[in-house]
Amino acid sequence: MSSRETLFGIPAPDWADPAMQRRMRRRHGGTHRLRWLGIAAITGAIGLLLLLLVSIFSIGYSAFTQTVVTIDAPVAAEFIDADDITESNWNRMARAAIATLFPDDAAGVRDPDYREVLSRGGYNVIRNTLRDRVIANPELVGETLRITVQTADPFDQLAKGLVRRDTPEDRRRVNNRQIAFYDMLVEEGRIERRLNFWLLTNTDNRFPEMAGLAGALRGSAFALMVCFLISFPMGIATAVYLEEFAPKNWATDLIEVNINNLAAVPSIVFGLLGLAVFLNFFGLPRSAPLVGGMVLALMTLPTIIIATRAALKAVPPSIREGALGIGASPVQVMTHHVLPLAMPGILTGTIIGLAQALGETAPLLLIGMNTFITDVPEDVFSKSTALPTQIYIWFDSPERGFVSRTAAAIMVLLGFLLFMNAAAIFLRARLERRW
Amino acid sequence: MLDRVKEKMDDRKKVQMDHPTGRVETSAGTKIQSRKVNMWYDQTQALFDVSLDIPDRTVTALIGPSGCGKSTFLRALNRMNDTIPGTRLTGQIVLDGVDIYKGDLDPVQLRAQVGMVFQKPNPFPKSIYDNIAYGPRIHGLATSKSVLDGIVETSLQKAGLWDEVKDRLTEPGTGLSGGQQQRLVIARAIAVSPEVILMDEPASALDPIATGRIEELIHELRENYCIVIVTHSMQQAARVSQRTAFFHLGKLIEVGDTADIFTNPKEQKTQDYISGRFG
Ligand SMILES: Nc1ncnc2c1ncn2[C@@H]1O[C@H](COP(=O)(O)OP(=O)(O)O)[C@@H](O)[C@H]1O
Ligand SMILES: [Mg+2]
Repeated sequence: MSSRETLFGIPAPDWADPAMQRRMRRRHGGTHRLRWLGIAAITGAIGLLLLLLVSIFSIGYSAFTQTVVTIDAPVAAEFIDADDITESNWNRMARAAIATLFPDDAAGVRDPDYREVLSRGGYNVIRNTLRDRVIANPELVGETLRITVQTADPFDQLAKGLVRRDTPEDRRRVNNRQIAFYDMLVEEGRIERRLNFWLLTNTDNRFPEMAGLAGALRGSAFALMVCFLISFPMGIATAVYLEEFAPKNWATDLIEVNINNLAAVPSIVFGLLGLAVFLNFFGLPRSAPLVGGMVLALMTLPTIIIATRAALKAVPPSIREGALGIGASPVQVMTHHVLPLAMPGILTGTIIGLAQALGETAPLLLIGMNTFITDVPEDVFSKSTALPTQIYIWFDSPERGFVSRTAAAIMVLLGFLLFMNAAAIFLRARLERRW
Repeated sequence: MLDRVKEKMDDRKKVQMDHPTGRVETSAGTKIQSRKVNMWYDQTQALFDVSLDIPDRTVTALIGPSGCGKSTFLRALNRMNDTIPGTRLTGQIVLDGVDIYKGDLDPVQLRAQVGMVFQKPNPFPKSIYDNIAYGPRIHGLATSKSVLDGIVETSLQKAGLWDEVKDRLTEPGTGLSGGQQQRLVIARAIAVSPEVILMDEPASALDPIATGRIEELIHELRENYCIVIVTHSMQQAARVSQRTAFFHLGKLIEVGDTADIFTNPKEQKTQDYISGRFG
């Protein structure tokens, strides 16, 4: 058996023994298999994530450009009211401007085929641009004004190759006459693809080519601000009290268990609570970022409390003893020493909580933040949507153009989440105790 | 300038805790007097009827085997045990004629008066200067920046650290060596003008040279402070202390002049411990 002498009668392993070698191979094989399983699992997870991102991106990227038409709009004297320029017939001026684009066979300024090429929302843009610029500068009468407006969604899709010309006409959303018109505009150099800044600067609109996220972005920002202002101080105060000052008894145990449970409550329940308490009982306004923020704060609170308690626990007790030992009061120990040391952890937890809140949809649906609203909210009391509810609204819209916009809005949301997580990492690195 | 600060610090030392309740007469020269102190962590009793007089301007060493209650007793002297939930104390501990567990005594004030140095150096993660200045700041001891500078310098000098750190006061205190950190926290305690300094195995985490410096320092500090030191090293107790108290299983077995305890102990248990038969 063993080449070595046995000590005290304890058998020494015989590494040369074939049975031992088989066992060793099996053991190494186990390590090996575990590693490959791990790699396979990670690859699978990353693969699924990539698939998700690729599918969103491939649908959404086209919404980041928008097809536009440039019009040379004549400011004809016939539409101008000589007595009061503000009373001029801007509607007719706009229709005439659009008609300058039409080919000769057009049935007047109201040609049903041709007028569909421009966004119907774009008609308002032309009228308002003409009105504002001419009133500001009456010298323009008799000149022409260069105005750029979005094409209607079907022509945006045609430009992007999403509407195919080889589809039979009766199954196509644009007819042959319209395509001929469109091609003519291309030839005249009036058609362009622009970066779609409107996606961020416009508010919601019935016409996808005009719709943007400005209202939803502001609404989300307001809701997050309210959420932060409520949950951050309350979360820290709760955690500090529970961790440092509360007596350890069944009551605080119960509170602790319930806070942990609260973190696992489905978000829609918080929405119901918000509806019942904030809207119906306290009579706060529907669809307001204030209420949205309050509901989100309920969800974020447990996250912040748990993160803060973990961060407080991680501060070495020797620091507390040192401060107490020279006569600092418990509150001074807290504010001068423990909280500053715990702050990186607290902030990381807070940002992660806020990032969760940013993506939360269900509770906002219940308090009516999924309403069609074409204004940017002025304050936290204004009616508003938020990013996730805007995505929901667009997803629910029948117009084809909203398909890519939904995906694009998701990308914007993901971008903000990425930004917030990066901020959490940055803050953590910056505030981390450097000595 | 410095002299003025020193005077100020000495003045403060003369201020007695003025207290309506719990005044107790103690014998002359006694700084701290404990009578029949019993202490519990939840249900476990850690101290049994400890009665001990601790003289002023003297180093008193607490020795005894691990877990015998030395730290517990030390921490009872500045009510540090209050911060541990479930602790309970009966009996009497008198500091300068005032029962520190009676009535409306403010433990925050007590802890400024009875400084504490721990086994593991625990400087704040702040600059060397701020480590020292923190105590004077929260107690409002400095009326101006120059007075505060003076307090910081004096405290560091008293702790024998000034020459090593005077050019790097803005550097983090945690960047110092273990021995320097321990002297830094001693300076931090000195900066709030304590009357008593409690030390719980202050040198046990240090190398022999750093230990030697701390012992020298304790020797010097004795002139101005009442010092109580817990140590597991009998040689250290013999080197630095004038009085020694021997604890065993939560009881005070014997107390006396250090020389007597080590050469001529009265109790068999003390004899056994000192000669290394247990512990
Ligand atoms: N925080 C605590 N909670 C419960 N028991 C404690 C605590 N600290 C100390 N003890 C117990 O009290 C006794 C005395 O401990 P301690 O005073 O630390 O001993 P020493 O410092 O002499 O080694 C020991 O039995 C110890 O287990
Ligand atoms: Mg101890």
